[in-house]
This record gives sequence, structure tokens and C-alpha cells, in this order.
Amino acid sequence: MLESSQNMSSSPFTPLSTLRAFEVSVQSGEMAVREALDRLMQGLEPLALEIEETSTVEIVLAEALNNIVEHAYPENHPDGPIHIACAHRANGLHLTIRDQGHAMPDGQLPIGLVPRHDVSVADLPEGGFGWFLIKDLAKDVEYHRAGGENQLKLRLAIGMTLHH
Amino acid sequence: MEVSVKTEGHICIVSIHDTRIDAAVALAFKEAMRRATAGCAETVVLNLQAVDFIDSSGLGAIVATMKHLAPERRLLLAGLSPAVDKVFRLTRMDQVFDLFATLDEALSAQHA
Repeated sequence: MLESSQNMSSSPFTPLSTLRAFEVSVQSGEMAVREALDRLMQGLEPLALEIEETSTVEIVLAEALNNIVEHAYPENHPDGPIHIACAHRANGLHLTIRDQGHAMPDGQLPIGLVPRHDVSVADLPEGGFGWFLIKDLAKDVEYHRAGGENQLKLRLAIGMTLHH
Repeated sequence: MEVSVKTEGHICIVSIHDTRIDAAVALAFKEAMRRATAGCAETVVLNLQAVDFIDSSGLGAIVATMKHLAPERRLLLAGLSPAVDKVFRLTRMDQVFDLFATLDEALSAQHA
């Protein structure tokens, strides 16, 4: 899924985005998320992101991928592929994550409210943080279902300082 | 999930040696913490110095540990790296836990 970047500058010597679009594919499974994150974070190295931005990318990807492994390809569904495409544009990092597992319930994203923390210890939430983190850290989040495939598109406002 | 336990008076220091507490190891973490804290008295300090990443499953596992230890015992967290600290802040769980930048600070606070 290579795409050519637009030249944003009139100078022939100003570099385009330091990152060429790339895609990582893994087969869903217990260690799939770690493997995918490892390869994705390596693939993003040309962006030379600071720790604050790197952690944003890794958290969003981890949550989205965990969701696919747990809910799109649960135990009663055969394992399948997960494809993560990364492209760096003027308005940030664009991630497109595709899988062939179960569709989202009601065909749409969870609301992703932050679980309540102002409760007694015994009532503290142990889950439900995932979609909140994705929606809090990503600027745009879109979900589509087409041709038996789930497609999650995310835009993170990162990697934007050097090029504009 | 590799953990080690050290006792200093009434304080149990449980150090995590894995670099990630995530969905792949969340259950193993919870089980390791139960075993490690079985003999602990009132205060458990979870030393996360070696951990450079947690996801929401890891966070949930740490919350579960705190709930398991409560009400007789409390759980303090020390040595949070930037990415780990970020997850606690974003989810507001930094308001639920006592967080210390280093193990020394966590221990000093108990002796104050």
C-alpha cells in the first residue's frame, strides 16, 4: 500500500516525509500484538519521535490490536490476519487496521467513556479503558465494515514538528 | 512473569523484572502478585522500574492486585517510566494510586 508523498516545499533539497508508507501483517494470536507492535515501532523509527509521541502510538496500537485479538477473533472464531498500514502525512500519522473477524456490535465503535475512578476500592474498574485511550489519544477514529472486513482508521497528531 | 520480593520491616517490595505488563501477560502478572504478596504485611510497594510499557490490560491487572490486597493491605507504585505514567494519568488512575518516581522515595515516604 505504498503511496507517494506530496512535496510540501519549493526547495528541491527539503526532504519529504522521512517515512515511506508501510504495512505490517500478523496472524491473530496470543503474541500477535507484541510482534506487531515490535515491527510497527521499528518501522516508525525514521520519524525519530520523542518518547511522548512514541508512547502515544504504542498505546493506541496496543489497544486497537488487543481489541481485535480478543473480540474480532475470539476463541470460537478461527484466527485470521490483522493488517496495519502506516502512512505519514501533513496532518499526522495515519493508521489503517484491518481484520476479518467479527463485526463491531451494532456496527459502530464503543463510546469509550473513561471508567469512574471516584469509587470505593472494591468497585474500581479493571477494564473498559481501551476505547477511552484510543479516542483520547487519536484525533480521528473511524470504523467501517465492508466485504467481511473490519477497517479501523486512526489519525494521530504526531510527527508533525519537523516538516512544517 | 518474573518477580522478586524483598521485605524491609513491615514493607514488602515486589519488583517486576519483565519489561511489559500487557494483555499477553496480565493473567500471569495477577497470579505472580498473589503468590508474591501472600506473606506480605500491611504495605506492598510494587517496583515497576524495569517496566517500560503497560496497556489497559496491565493497568487492570495492577488495579486487580490493589483490590486483592485491600482492605488490610495497601499497594504503592514506584519507578514508573514515562509511558507507564502516561497510562495512569490519562485514565485518571493516578488519583487512585500513590505513585512514586523511585523506590527510594516510596520507602522514605513510609518512614516519615
